[in-house]
Amino acid sequence: MSVNNGEVLISVKDLKKYYNNGKIRALDGVSNDIRKGEVVVIIGPSGSGKSTFLRSLNLLERPTGGTITFDGIDITSPESDINKLRQNMGMVFQHFNLFPHLTILKNMTIAPVKLGKLSKEDAEKKAMELLGRVGLADRANSYPSQLSGGQKQRIAIVRALEMDPEVMLFDEPTSALDPEMVGEVLEVMKQLAKDGMTMVCVTHEMGFAREVGTRVIFMDEGKILEENTPEQIFTNPYNDRLKTFLQKVL
Amino acid sequence: MIDEDERIIEEKDETGEVRHSSFTLEKSSRTSVLFAILCLIIAAASIGYAILLLVDYDYAIELLRFYTDTGIGKAILGWINDFNAQFKLNLIDKDRYMYLVNGLLVTFEITFFATLMGFLLGVIVSSIRSSHDKLEEELRPGFGTFIFNILDKICRIYLTVIRGTPTVVQLLIAYFVIFASSKNKILVAILAFGINSGAYVAEIIRSGIMSIDPGQFEAGRSLGFNYVQTMIYIIIPQAFKAVLPALANEFIVLIKETSVSGYVGLQDLTKGGNIILSQTYSPFLPLLIVAAIYLVIVMFFTKLVSILEGRLRNSER
Repeated sequence: MSVNNGEVLISVKDLKKYYNNGKIRALDGVSNDIRKGEVVVIIGPSGSGKSTFLRSLNLLERPTGGTITFDGIDITSPESDINKLRQNMGMVFQHFNLFPHLTILKNMTIAPVKLGKLSKEDAEKKAMELLGRVGLADRANSYPSQLSGGQKQRIAIVRALEMDPEVMLFDEPTSALDPEMVGEVLEVMKQLAKDGMTMVCVTHEMGFAREVGTRVIFMDEGKILEENTPEQIFTNPYNDRLKTFLQKVL
Repeated sequence: MIDEDERIIEEKDETGEVRHSSFTLEKSSRTSVLFAILCLIIAAASIGYAILLLVDYDYAIELLRFYTDTGIGKAILGWINDFNAQFKLNLIDKDRYMYLVNGLLVTFEITFFATLMGFLLGVIVSSIRSSHDKLEEELRPGFGTFIFNILDKICRIYLTVIRGTPTVVQLLIAYFVIFASSKNKILVAILAFGINSGAYVAEIIRSGIMSIDPGQFEAGRSLGFNYVQTMIYIIIPQAFKAVLPALANEFIVLIKETSVSGYVGLQDLTKGGNIILSQTYSPFLPLLIVAAIYLVIVMFFTKLVSILEGRLRNSER
């Protein structure tokens, strides 16, 4: 098991997501604690529920049952202000989802400015600084359609960072990219991990999981079948399903 | 030098955009060449005849008389005389053209206010309908949700009934049943056409909202925007761009649709032509002019829409 003894940031208890009155169980009782500074990598075959699990963490998917506690607040309860909580959870999507009608700078500043988190000047200053960090400062006034996939995903990452989140959720961030662009995005994510950001990442990049992950979770059929340090998962898997999965992907 | 020129042309041909613009240029230049040839022929014939007049006046006059005496010449002269008489009878006598002028004003008045009302209704109905579809998972049982569901049901019924019955029937029902006590025909027509148009506008806007990738919505929400903020800052600007041509088209359809206002005794453009027809018993000219006026208006707005579309497409790059 992981030896991270940091403060628990997200606590998931018995999370369930059913479709068709329980005939399809995308999540079937998942419990896990995500601690500050951890880089949790979720792997598993497609349809295993790993994306549903990640999207449940900021309630893009409404769970059928179970609780999610973030910063000590039960976000699944009707009383919690999910919009406020989402400001502290950055999310990066497989298909980038940049806003095509806004420039890169606007893409990054619209949320903090409109939500009153930063003034326009501060937001733009911060955005330029973040863009500089990912080497895209010269594209500030471009539109998303003028960028390559790898550039779009790097923008999507810094757009989420602009909100100063406590945790970053990555939903297969490199799956929609040309192979030659995967590296530049992973590089940004590695840097982010090095800076101490708490990250939860669904990915098929086993190299990334092994190198950057502090903990790897293997999911199938809506359940966590095994979780351990990357070394243990990749060199000494216990679960049979994990063994066959790793044989296929490695 | 020649080699260089050829290479430049080849390079330009590789991009679709340049090829497209050169195609339209070719097409328009072909039309203007035809027009120039026609002008040249007419000019040459006139100059030739003028020279003939100078050289042999009598022969030139005889030639003209010969051609005007033949069937074709007589027919053309007859048409011209007939047209003049028709024009005078149908438009000039007793200031009959005023039926068309006043009718046009009524048509514009109904169209303008019905469009405004339709747009307003459309925005309201489409926000209720699309919010209901998008928020389904987030709504929790309660009084608000109950009211919201009822509103959605009302909107569904409205859309089904309005889009499922003919406009004329709706107008007649509005005039003879619902607003039977009202003396203001124009107001009734505006309400009837506005309610009718609202249903189509609502579906146009809703289709625009639904056409935006759900990922855009999720991205907005994941940044901390609530539903309304996501709609205002992210979805509506994109949806509006997508549906603007369809909305403008709905406006053009509405202009033509108001031509049934005569059913409730309103003197719009069509009815104006019809009144002239009933006074002069000559259907040809009044109806043709009415049709031509509609055509010109529609062509004008169609052109406007295509300019708008071009602007929008340009701003995307």
